[in-house]
Parts: sequence; C-alpha cells; structure tokens
Amino acid sequence: MVIMSFFLVCRLFYLQVIKTDYFQVKAEENRINVSPIAPNRGLIFDRNGNVLARNYSSYALEFLPYGVDNPELILANLSRLISITDEEKIRIRAAMADTGRFSNVIIRDDLTEGEIALFTSNAYRFPDVKLSAQLYREYPYGELTSHLLGYVRRISKSDLRVLEDRGLRAGYTNSDWIGKRGIEAFYESVLRGQLGLRHVEVDARGTELRLLDRQNAISGKSLTLSIDIGLQRQAFEALGDHNGALVALNPNDGSILAFVSKPGYDPSKFVLGFDQASWSELRNSPDRPLVNRASSGVYPPGSTLKPFLALAGLEENVRSPDWSMWDPGFFSIPGSKHKFRDWKKEGHGQVNLHKAIVESVDTYFYKLAHELEIDKIHTYLTLFGFGQKTGIDLPTESIGIAPSRDWKRKRFKAPWYPGDTISVGIGQGYNLVTPLQLAVATASIANGGFVLRPTLLRKETVERTQKGLTRANATSSRPLNLSSKNLDTLRTAMEGVMRAGGTAARAGAGASYTIAGKTGTAQVFSLRGGEYDEDSIQKRLQDHALFVAYAPAEDPSIALAVVVENGGGGGSVAAPIARKVLDAYFKSTLLGAPSE
Amino acid sequence: MSFSLRLKNELTKRFDFPLLILVLLLMAVSLFALYSSSQGDVAKVSAQAKNFIFALIVMWSVAKIPFGYLSRLALPLYCLALILLVLTMLVGDQAKGAQRWLDLQVIRVQPSELMKIALPLTLAWYFDRFERVLRPRHYLFAIFLLLIPTILILKQPDLGTAILVLASGVFVIFFSGVSLRIIGFIVTLTVLLMPFAWSVLEPYQQVRILTLLNPSSDPLGAGYHTIQSTIAIGSGGFWGKGWLSGTQSQLNFLPEGTTDFIFAVLAEEFGFIGVLLVFLIYFLLIWRSLTIAIQAPNNFSRLAAMSIVLTFFIYAFVNIGMVIGVLPIVGVPLPLISLGGSSAVTISIGFGVLMNFRANHRLVQT
Repeated sequence: MVIMSFFLVCRLFYLQVIKTDYFQVKAEENRINVSPIAPNRGLIFDRNGNVLARNYSSYALEFLPYGVDNPELILANLSRLISITDEEKIRIRAAMADTGRFSNVIIRDDLTEGEIALFTSNAYRFPDVKLSAQLYREYPYGELTSHLLGYVRRISKSDLRVLEDRGLRAGYTNSDWIGKRGIEAFYESVLRGQLGLRHVEVDARGTELRLLDRQNAISGKSLTLSIDIGLQRQAFEALGDHNGALVALNPNDGSILAFVSKPGYDPSKFVLGFDQASWSELRNSPDRPLVNRASSGVYPPGSTLKPFLALAGLEENVRSPDWSMWDPGFFSIPGSKHKFRDWKKEGHGQVNLHKAIVESVDTYFYKLAHELEIDKIHTYLTLFGFGQKTGIDLPTESIGIAPSRDWKRKRFKAPWYPGDTISVGIGQGYNLVTPLQLAVATASIANGGFVLRPTLLRKETVERTQKGLTRANATSSRPLNLSSKNLDTLRTAMEGVMRAGGTAARAGAGASYTIAGKTGTAQVFSLRGGEYDEDSIQKRLQDHALFVAYAPAEDPSIALAVVVENGGGGGSVAAPIARKVLDAYFKSTLLGAPSE
Repeated sequence: MSFSLRLKNELTKRFDFPLLILVLLLMAVSLFALYSSSQGDVAKVSAQAKNFIFALIVMWSVAKIPFGYLSRLALPLYCLALILLVLTMLVGDQAKGAQRWLDLQVIRVQPSELMKIALPLTLAWYFDRFERVLRPRHYLFAIFLLLIPTILILKQPDLGTAILVLASGVFVIFFSGVSLRIIGFIVTLTVLLMPFAWSVLEPYQQVRILTLLNPSSDPLGAGYHTIQSTIAIGSGGFWGKGWLSGTQSQLNFLPEGTTDFIFAVLAEEFGFIGVLLVFLIYFLLIWRSLTIAIQAPNNFSRLAAMSIVLTFFIYAFVNIGMVIGVLPIVGVPLPLISLGGSSAVTISIGFGVLMNFRANHRLVQT
C-alpha cells in the first residue's frame, strides 16, 4: 500500500512540480483560441483609376469539424441541400484531416442567394456548419487582364511550405488567400496586408466566452498600374482570333501601357475553384492559355532583329549609312556554294542601309552578320537586353536566347559554325526573344539609347510604405551611348518602313502621326525537335507575324511589339494590329479623356 | 442518568470519532470541489449534502446493528445481491450503454454496489465457518462465490466496480491464511486467464486500456479524458490555481469533473500541496481502519475489516491512478468525494461495519 501510494505521489510530483510549465502552456492553449482576422486585400487600378481587381463580400459555408462525430454524414446531408462536387469533398476531407483545433474548413465558397436561403432555413439541422461573410477577389475585366494580374486562390499545401521556408508562415492561415502569377503574386506582400488576431477565451465546446486581446488586421495597399485598360482592350481585340502577345510601353520611363497575352483565362475560376473538366481543358488546351506569352513566350524575332544589327554595324564601323551592295537575291559565304536566299527571289538590286531596313533585305543582313561575326552580334544583342531578364515586376519571365559560341557549346556541345551566324542576321537562327524584350529594345531606339527596366506600377504607392520593394523606374535604365548620327540613320529608315515602298506601307498609310516600325516574319521551327512535317501545312506551322514600332517618330511616347502566332506576314498581319493600337492610343491622348 | 444524556450516549457510543472526523473531512472536501467543478451549481452541492446525510445515517445504523447479526446477515445479503444482479441483467435500465440500475418501483438501486459490501462479508463468514477444515475445494468454492458476481458486473458492463468487487474478495481469501502455494496457483491462473479476460472485455474497455499506453493516438476520442485531466493536474502546479479558478474545470475541458475526474479539479485548483493534504486524510482514514481491523474481535470481523479497508484503498488508488494517467479509465469514483449517492452509501456501510467491530472489540476480549 505504501509503495503504491508513493508511486501516485511520485507521478503527481512529476506532473505538478517538474512538468508544470509544460502543462500550464497546454492549459492556456486549451483555453485561449487565437483566431485570425483576414486583412482586406489592396485593390488594383489602372492608370486612369479603373478598378482591375476588387473585393466583394459574399458568404461561404464553413464547417467546424472539431469534436464532430460523423463529419461524413453531415457532408452527405448538406450535399442534398447545396451542391458539393466530389472534388470539393476530397478537398474538404483533406482539409479536415490536417486542420487545427477550432479552425474551420470551407465547404463551399461564394454561395448564391438561393443557396443562402436554403441553408438558413435548414441551419438548425447543421449546428456545426455556419455561414460566414468572406471577401472574394473579383477581376472585372476577366480574361483581358488575366496574364497581367494573375489571380488569388486558396492557399495550397505547397504554398504553405514555401512560406514556411521564407519565414512568412505565421502571416497566413490554413484557408487563406494567396496571390498566384502576375501582379497578384509579385506584389503579394504589399497587397495582402497583415493578418489580425483575436485572442478569445473559449470553453470546451469552442463557445467564445470573452475577448482577451485583439490586434486589428492591417489592410493591404492598393496599387495603381501604368496599364491603360482601354488600350489593353484595343490591343486584345485587335489581335482578333489569333494567339499572340502585344506589349506597349512609354519609352521615356519604361511604364507599361498594355500587356496582352492571348488567349487568357477566366481568373474567377481560380478564385472559386475549378471543376475537373474545365481545369483539364485549360491545362491541355493546345492554345496553352496558361502561358503568359508577353513575357514568358519565346519567339524567333525574324526581321524585327534587323534594326539592332544595323545599329551594331554602324557602331562598329562595319557599315556606313552610305555603303551599299548589289543584292542578287542570295548570299553565299566566300568559299562556300550554299546560298542563303533573300525573301525576294530576284533580289533588291543596289541596297544601302536605309533600303535594307525599309525593304527588309535579307541579303544585306546576311553579309553584315557574316562580317560582324557572332561575338560582336552577341555583345550588341546583350546590350539591347536580349537573352536576359528585363526586370519587369512580374514573378516570372523568360530570358530567351542571345546565341553565342559559349551558349552553343553548352547547349549542343558543338562549335559555332559561320553558317549559324548568317541566320542570326535575319533573326532566324538560334535567337529567341520575348515580346517584352522586343518592346523594351524598340523603346531604346525610340528614346535615344536607353534600355529601360519596364514597370507595371504607375504610382509609387509601394515605396512609401514598403521598404526594400522599390518601384522599378527610369533611373534603372542603362545608357547604350549610341552615336546620335547612327541612331538618326536607323530611325529614318524605320519611318521609311511605314511609308510607300516600305514593308508596312499599308499599315502606315493615313496616320495623323508619324510611325517608325519594323516588320518581321519568323519561320516556325522548333529548337528542340528540329524536325517538322513539311506536308502538313497546318495553322500551327504557319509563320509568326511580328512587328515593332514607336510613335510619334520625332518625339516618341509609345513603343510596342506585337507577335501574332502563325499569323503569316509581319507587314500584312502584325503591323495593322499595331496601327489599331497606336490609333487608339493617340485618339485618347488627343481627346485627353480617360478611356473606358 | 437523565434522558438527554442517555440519548446522547446512545447516539454516540458506537461512533468511532477519529473515523467519523476523517470521513466528515473528506465530505467537506467533496462539497468544496463539487461547488467548483459544477461551476457553482448549488443544486448539485445540496444533492451531494443530502447523499452524505443519508450515508451518515446508514453508517450509524450499521454501527448500531448487534455484533452477532452481521455474520448472520452476510449470506442472505449476498444471495439478495446476486438475485438483483441477475434481475438487472434481464430487466435493468439502460444508461450510457450500460445496464447497471434496477428500478424496484420504490427505489432505484445499483445491485453491484450492494455486492461490494455483501461479498467480503460473505467470504469472511465462509472462511470463519470453515476455518479449521480448509481444503483446496473450499478455496475453489470461494473463488466461485467471487467470480459469479464479478462476471455479472463485468458484463453490465462496469469494469471499475467489477475490479473493486474482485479485489474485495481476493483480499478476504488472501488473509484467510491461504498457503503460498495456493497464492502461487492463483497468480499463475490469473496470468493464464489474461488473454481470456481480454476477450471478455467490451471493445470500449479494450480501447481504454490501449489508449492508456498511448493517449495521444486519439486525442479527441478515447485519449481525451486522460489528456485533459493530466493537463488540469499538471497546470495546477505546486500551489494550485486557487478555488474556482481552474481553467480546465471551469471551462469544461475536463470531462466528468464532478464525478470520476473530480480529483483533477482538486489537483488543478489546490495544487500539489492540496493533493498531499487529501492524501493525508486518506492515509489517516486507512491507518485508523487498519488499526480497527487488526484489533477486530474475531476471525470473521478481522477478515471482513481487512477486506473493507484494502478495497477502500484500491478504490482510491484506481480512481487517482486513472485520473493521473497511469491506469486505464475504468469508471471508478473517488471515494467520498465524487458526486454520487450509491458509492457514498456503500462506503459508509463499510465504515459502519468497521465502527461496529470497533465498538465490540473490548466486549469480546473481556
């Protein structure tokens, strides 16, 4: 008896004296429930104050699984009232499995009014299910801004792991929203705001007894973008049924005016959750609507690369403006019989730099590339920003390829052949560029030789409040120190492209402002596969149409790049699209009225 | 001698005052703990007070029974309890999945409680009667007398009471002068019967035993009681959180805080020091009872008293053991502290019997 009693006393001593701190913490955790208060996410505006992303209030059905004996039965009964798909059930079960004490699991988001009424009248049957007011993200322009803005969606397990690694886990709850892709992802920390906390004393059933402490949520900051939603819409519509991208920016400060990738997607599907069918449709669509073509799509630049090669030739004194050559319709490397053909079979006759740009003479650039050689070409392409990130405020962008001897050795384990250089000369070799890179490089011609870091933010709302996250601006531009004489030569030639005799003469006709541009038509080929079936001339194998431009030519305020996938000729397809966008831009500027 | 003096003498002469005072102290502790764990429910406290008053009257009555009657009452009491147990099994009331109560129109009784007293008295009477002619077959019959009610109670199911009834009988057999050989035989038999016993247990009882080994395996289910009570006890610390200030009990995290888990309320609010005080009262109570048992007037009373004391100890030990998470949860109340009339009455009968023996010990010696 004594031994048994001593045993009890020892155990009590262990619990109450040795481990008392541990159990006191446990008791406090029991007693105090810390529930999060969601912050209001910052809104997103375009440059004229149009709302691109906003929050609306609606109701979600929440489930408090803690202490519930048979959650499956509740779900089954509930799904007789309110539709719950099998996928949602799977998600709900997973969430219940790892949810903490007293934390709720969302059963359904954004209930309709009918569903709310139906549930309310049956609420007595579901004491563990409640309606809760929630803020949902809404994108009024839908597909039009999908690639630009991205979306928010319910946080996933992998999101939580990433946040854990960055030490940001504490700022999010298990059923929180998080920005994915686009502006929503890049400026997540700004838009999100700060989670508030309520410390509430609860009893064993989770009933709230009294508020112990409350830290209010801090709303996220709103952002004003440099995007003009009216121009964005014009660009989107101008692309018509084509897949492609258009990027327009102000060449003076790098602020992006339009940022279109087509096709887009419906961002609300991400906010409220997909059903399996529409998700796999989106994923597996051959049009690849989830790829942001404007900054992550890579294309052979075709002849739109010629202005930059021309500048390289002038700057390196390999060419003078007046130097001319006879174009027989092809070029051969001295000592080789292989003929690199011009797009014009009979040739362009006597060609100087001006004519080479205006008529897009391939032979001229074959020869120029051959004489510049790949090392110098690589240097200049790199200077113009190709083959590297532009630094735009988006979470991802492709770097494309500015080919070099090094690059080819690493990529293909093969030396660089002189023939490789020739096709680079017409933007048709190993080069790959993003529409964004092309637009930024074009802007550097327009602004007299500054490669700007493009930016999507208009106002420096962020800088004032958020340290470390500074808005990209014109001061981060990189001067190329090009001679203004060389630049003038090129710019005059690019204006010529839009006039009679130029490759985009029809698109340039009748404009009330001067345009400088360059067309490009890129043959579709795959760097990876390398082989394609010549016989099946499907739409997917037609040439990409490209066009770069800036205007007004004498004092540019807009520069742009268009890529129309499988569109055909740059002059006939891409240039008219650019013209529509430029017209819309100057119309609204002249009227001074906010578009839309 | 005046009438009032005679009355006073008559009322008190059979009470053993040390025992009475210790019982009253535990009852006082009970009322305080109950007031706290019921969150100031006066109805519960006064119900318990009524239970105690009734129990004290019963105690006094039992103490007053003429000494010789007790041994003669034993066997009829056992038979009655056995009949009631069988009846309970057949027509008893269902409550919380168990069939423990029998409605006799006038009064609802828990026959298993009656058995707690009847069994040790009967076995003591039995061994007293066959003291000089004990053969192994007598022991086998004693084990038979013991196992019948135990199994009936186990099937109600009420593991806690079954253990207490079993223990009370085993103590009598143990103190009856049984040889070590037979004890060894019983121990071996017990070990061999373990797997069988496991299969006799209800699934929920098996779960409780398994949960004890690893409470966190099912924190919201079977392990919940143990986890919450150890949190309550541990968080009480050395000095306790103070009366009415235990968060675990006041906010209902502690289940069964007024009944089986009332010890955790004491431990949380009065701390290690309060727990030691309660232990001290129990210790003195058992000490006094043991003294009575040792000085008991004859073989029957010695055996019965030993069994009653040791069963009382096991009672408290099993309850505290399960509340502090070292024994499985078997539903044994804390004697004289947990809310509940029947266990208080049964225990009081036990102490009444002890007082009865005490009052007669000199009588026989002279």
